[in-house]
Amino acid sequence: MTTWIFRRLIQAIFVVLAMTVIVFIGVNVIGDPVEILISPQADQAERARAVIALGLDRPLWEQYGRFLWNAVQGDLGKSFVFNEPALRLIAQRMPATMELAVTAVLLSIVLGIPLGLYAGLKPNSFAGRSIMAGSIFGFSLPSFWVGLMLIMVFAVQLGWLPSTGRGQTATLFGVQWSFLTRDGLAHMLMPALNLSLGNIALVLRLTRAGVRENMPMDYVKFARAKGLSPVRVVFVHVMKNITIPIVTVIGLEFGSTVAFAVVTESVFAWPGMGKLIIDSINVLDRPVIVAYLMMIVFLFITINLLVDLLYTVLDPRVRLESRE
Amino acid sequence: MKEETPFRRFVAEFAESPLAVLGLVIVVIVAVLALSAPFITPQNPYDLAQLDIMDGRLAPGSKSMDGLVFWLGTDDQGRDMLSGIIYGLRISLGVGVGSAIVAGVIGSVLGLAAAYFGGKVETAIMRLVDLQLSFPAILMALMILAVLGKGVLNVMLAIVLVEWARYARTARGAALVERRREYIEAAECLALPRWRLLAFHLLPNCMPPLIVIGTIQIARAITLEATLSFLGLGVPITEPSLGLLIANGYQYMLSGKYWISFYPGIALLVTIIAINLVGDQLRDVLNPRLKR
Repeated sequence: MTTWIFRRLIQAIFVVLAMTVIVFIGVNVIGDPVEILISPQADQAERARAVIALGLDRPLWEQYGRFLWNAVQGDLGKSFVFNEPALRLIAQRMPATMELAVTAVLLSIVLGIPLGLYAGLKPNSFAGRSIMAGSIFGFSLPSFWVGLMLIMVFAVQLGWLPSTGRGQTATLFGVQWSFLTRDGLAHMLMPALNLSLGNIALVLRLTRAGVRENMPMDYVKFARAKGLSPVRVVFVHVMKNITIPIVTVIGLEFGSTVAFAVVTESVFAWPGMGKLIIDSINVLDRPVIVAYLMMIVFLFITINLLVDLLYTVLDPRVRLESRE
Repeated sequence: MKEETPFRRFVAEFAESPLAVLGLVIVVIVAVLALSAPFITPQNPYDLAQLDIMDGRLAPGSKSMDGLVFWLGTDDQGRDMLSGIIYGLRISLGVGVGSAIVAGVIGSVLGLAAAYFGGKVETAIMRLVDLQLSFPAILMALMILAVLGKGVLNVMLAIVLVEWARYARTARGAALVERRREYIEAAECLALPRWRLLAFHLLPNCMPPLIVIGTIQIARAITLEATLSFLGLGVPITEPSLGLLIANGYQYMLSGKYWISFYPGIALLVTIIAINLVGDQLRDVLNPRLKR
């Protein structure tokens, strides 16, 4: 087990390294590093000085080494716009994105699993069919448009919910959070729901497929024959067997949820790192872009690693295989 | 009684689902609208001389100064929304279909090559595919646009780079099955050149799954383009696609002028759903495992 974790960790480090190479090549070879790293207002002489100061006259591998060394120390350059370290900017916006993404994932569990259970237990009922038909929309509707429609209906027409922003926040561990205040929760409801639509559909379909697959199995028949109540059969016996794929998918989808928050944050003017990256791309604030990309890649790889670990905890078969 | 050709059988099986037929009809209508936009729209939305700022933000059904009826209202520049949407469809479809086809060609070639040559070529290509597919499309697109900057061509490039991997995986899967068949062996015995074997013997037999993936990928490409344009990273403001039209209307929506965002959104929605319906039915018809 320990060797397995260790091997997995080394793999992850290699992927991170590969991504730094890709981002480095993207910024320094495909793009023009002078334009990227030196503010556009600089004149010719300033430029020449900056080229030497930034080491852009050195060979490429040496530049990459320096980039990596700085990155390890948490230095990914300063934002042109805010004149602050890019990494700190990202870190400041991160809690907003994280709480949105976590809420979205929670919503997808809270809504997706019961709906999926229902559709799986009563596949031919009208409600069961409607749930399945509705889940297609969760996949195929462009999420930004759904967000706009939510604003139009619930904020503009009905006036029930606030349309944009984070609302009132409260401080916990030195960070501002929206989920601690009523106003903040009201602000979070629509963006979180919007972000989770695709995931709800996914969880729902997985749950339904799992239920349909497990219900005719012998262990279910046995549990029934033993005289267990239908509630106990479904929620204890069947649930145990369908959780594994659901947990895996939710875990893996968490990364995409964070990435996709870019769209939701733009629609609902949610001040997270996704909104920051879009603004940065629009004004070509490239240090921030690089910092964001590195951060999200790192996040992705960490999540994949954690999901793999969780998988071995949940599924004894995987654990046994890895021991051999 | 007419003779049953494979094509007739295919048409008959496709027509079994009325929803899919409806989807196909809508796709055809949308395509025709997009192609004939300059001839059927009441107004040319790119021709500034035809626009009057005084007609800006009119509600659906209102009339312009010179008697033109705006069935779907106008946007902030006095552009007729109906004309804007039809022209927008043109760009959305163009970018979507164009990039999905380019991605399809690149992906299929790489997938076929991986399956046919095997060994190191296969490992290299498939590793790249795995890496690509483990990152969400929107993130890949953002990375590419962050490095290259915005613009139509860059958006198309981003879509191609996002989508090729799925084609490659599908093509490889199909080709792995096909390459063990006798007709490939026969072609090899004839000492046909490699490219000819790949292009005229292997590829045509791998087409069905690629066509299915292709339909779905077109819908995805249109969605991705709309999303990127909505974020302001896509097409320029002078030639708006549906996504940009929706983004334009966003700021007016809060003041109750819903039509600037709403109708382009409906057009986008109907197009995407119609393509998906066609794709779903194609998958059922072309998949031999589901044959009754």
